[in-house]
Amino acid sequence: MKAARHTWQITLRYLRALFRQPAWIGITLIQPMIWLLLFGALFKSIAKIPGFHGGSYIEFLTPGLIVMLAISSAGWSGMAYIEDMNIGVMDRFLVSPIWRGALNAGSVAQQVIIIALQSLIVAGLSLAVGGHFPNGVGGVAILIGVSALLGASFASLSNALALVVRQRESLIGAVTSVTLPLTFLSTAFMQQTLVPNWIRWVARFNPVNWAVQAGRSAATQHTDWNLVLTRTGLLAALLLVSAWLATRSFNSYQRSI
Amino acid sequence: MAEAIIARELRKSYPKDVRALDGLSLQAEAGTIFALAGPNGAGKSTTVKILTTLSRPDSGEAQVTGIDVLRYPDRVRQRIGVVGQKTGATPEATGRENLVMQGEIYGLTGRPLRQRVEELLERFQLRDAADRSTKTYSGGMRRRLDVALGLVNRPEVLFLDEPTTGLDPEARMELWQEIERLVGDEEMTILLTTHYLDEADRLAGQLAIVDKGRIVAQGTPDALKSELRGDAIQVELANPSSGDRVHEALRSLPGLSAIGLEGSTVRARAEHGASAIPTILSALEKEGITVASMTLARPSLDDVYLRYAGRVYHDDANGGEEAA
Repeated sequence: MKAARHTWQITLRYLRALFRQPAWIGITLIQPMIWLLLFGALFKSIAKIPGFHGGSYIEFLTPGLIVMLAISSAGWSGMAYIEDMNIGVMDRFLVSPIWRGALNAGSVAQQVIIIALQSLIVAGLSLAVGGHFPNGVGGVAILIGVSALLGASFASLSNALALVVRQRESLIGAVTSVTLPLTFLSTAFMQQTLVPNWIRWVARFNPVNWAVQAGRSAATQHTDWNLVLTRTGLLAALLLVSAWLATRSFNSYQRSI
Repeated sequence: MAEAIIARELRKSYPKDVRALDGLSLQAEAGTIFALAGPNGAGKSTTVKILTTLSRPDSGEAQVTGIDVLRYPDRVRQRIGVVGQKTGATPEATGRENLVMQGEIYGLTGRPLRQRVEELLERFQLRDAADRSTKTYSGGMRRRLDVALGLVNRPEVLFLDEPTTGLDPEARMELWQEIERLVGDEEMTILLTTHYLDEADRLAGQLAIVDKGRIVAQGTPDALKSELRGDAIQVELANPSSGDRVHEALRSLPGLSAIGLEGSTVRARAEHGASAIPTILSALEKEGITVASMTLARPSLDDVYLRYAGRVYHDDANGGEEAA
């Protein structure tokens, strides 16, 4: 009860911050369009590579792009924490009886809402430029769900890191050096059978790839439900660990001040 | 309840061997204003952070409203209000939204919450600005909102960490009056930190002077001042002089004590200030030291600080922020 109320208050607070920034709304709407059209055009001929199967490249790309957008927005979640530390908001929360978990859960909830919105935009655009979702709304919902799970983990880890490093520069460095490589060490943009062996091997342990595989499989024909379920399970486990870590990190922050 | 706040032998160091607290102990009686005064870096903020459950000491113990701060932080949190050095209000939200959220965190809901919020907006003259983003608030308004946020849960003990730093004189005066009213009308205990000794003198029922992580003097401002017998004498020399020569000149004068020199300023205490002035003048001139001016004053808290900390009080803002 207390946990739910506190989480709602923190979520509300972040959403307020978001929706009162017209610039942010504009960027959030436009960014997916740029990526989809840019990558769609740039990698179009991948679909012609011998061994590529699965229809048009747009159709192949859409789940990968949705997952990429999810982690690239959620990864920055910790920046809001650092801002809160600098202006004194974090300390005000920490001397109040607020449930520590709510501080992470509220921030994650905001990220999940952003991810859902962006994913819907990408899915809509994909349809508009000729993509198909053979499994209909259900498939797209699972795709958005796994992206949100992955994004929630990234947001939690970003929050945890923010509490430990407490410096913008360190967080920026960590986020940029993690998200892009993880994206390209996955099958977000390239079919699994067409990437080098070592990447295929690394990708098995890459949470980004778990989300891409599960989401893509759910959204396209011949869904491998075993794959969807196992990857979703792994992502859920990752989220539990990340959220626990984020909540624990408040102790680390409080020890250091 | 006699003591609202008790701290015993608090010690805390930060990395790189920065010792913030070095065995600090204090006791604040309930229903009074307790001021923790001292220069920047003395350990005031660290003390507040520990007492408000934000930070933990390396050793020592503390109780607020009789509850152990280290063992039951959540119970302490429910009973205290904290106004930090930084604002703490979320900039994107309005004043009213900030207060409502704060109330929800402390478990207030529905009508009691709405009433409490309206009450605080009225009391801190924020009604007209209630629905504006706090980004648009002036420094004084923001400070009033901060104090209102600290009061939403009707705390038994309110902590104010340097509440008037950065405020213009008028806003400072208003805040002083509000702080005095809180203790008077609501029987709250307030612990405030300040590096303005005059502020401590004006507000505090009890005062503790902090220096280098310890309390060097504690008592009522009046008691502390009257412990310093006699008057404070300050002599401005026309030219900087060596300490030896000044000491040589003044050492043997009867009734004169605590002689100190800094730059071209000589400070001393005299049992009878008025009669000491001509003696000091002639003693200095005999040594060939020219006096530019001389002042005589009843002891101030600056003199108390000088006596207990062993050096002149500087409240320069660039004295280095406490390890944050």
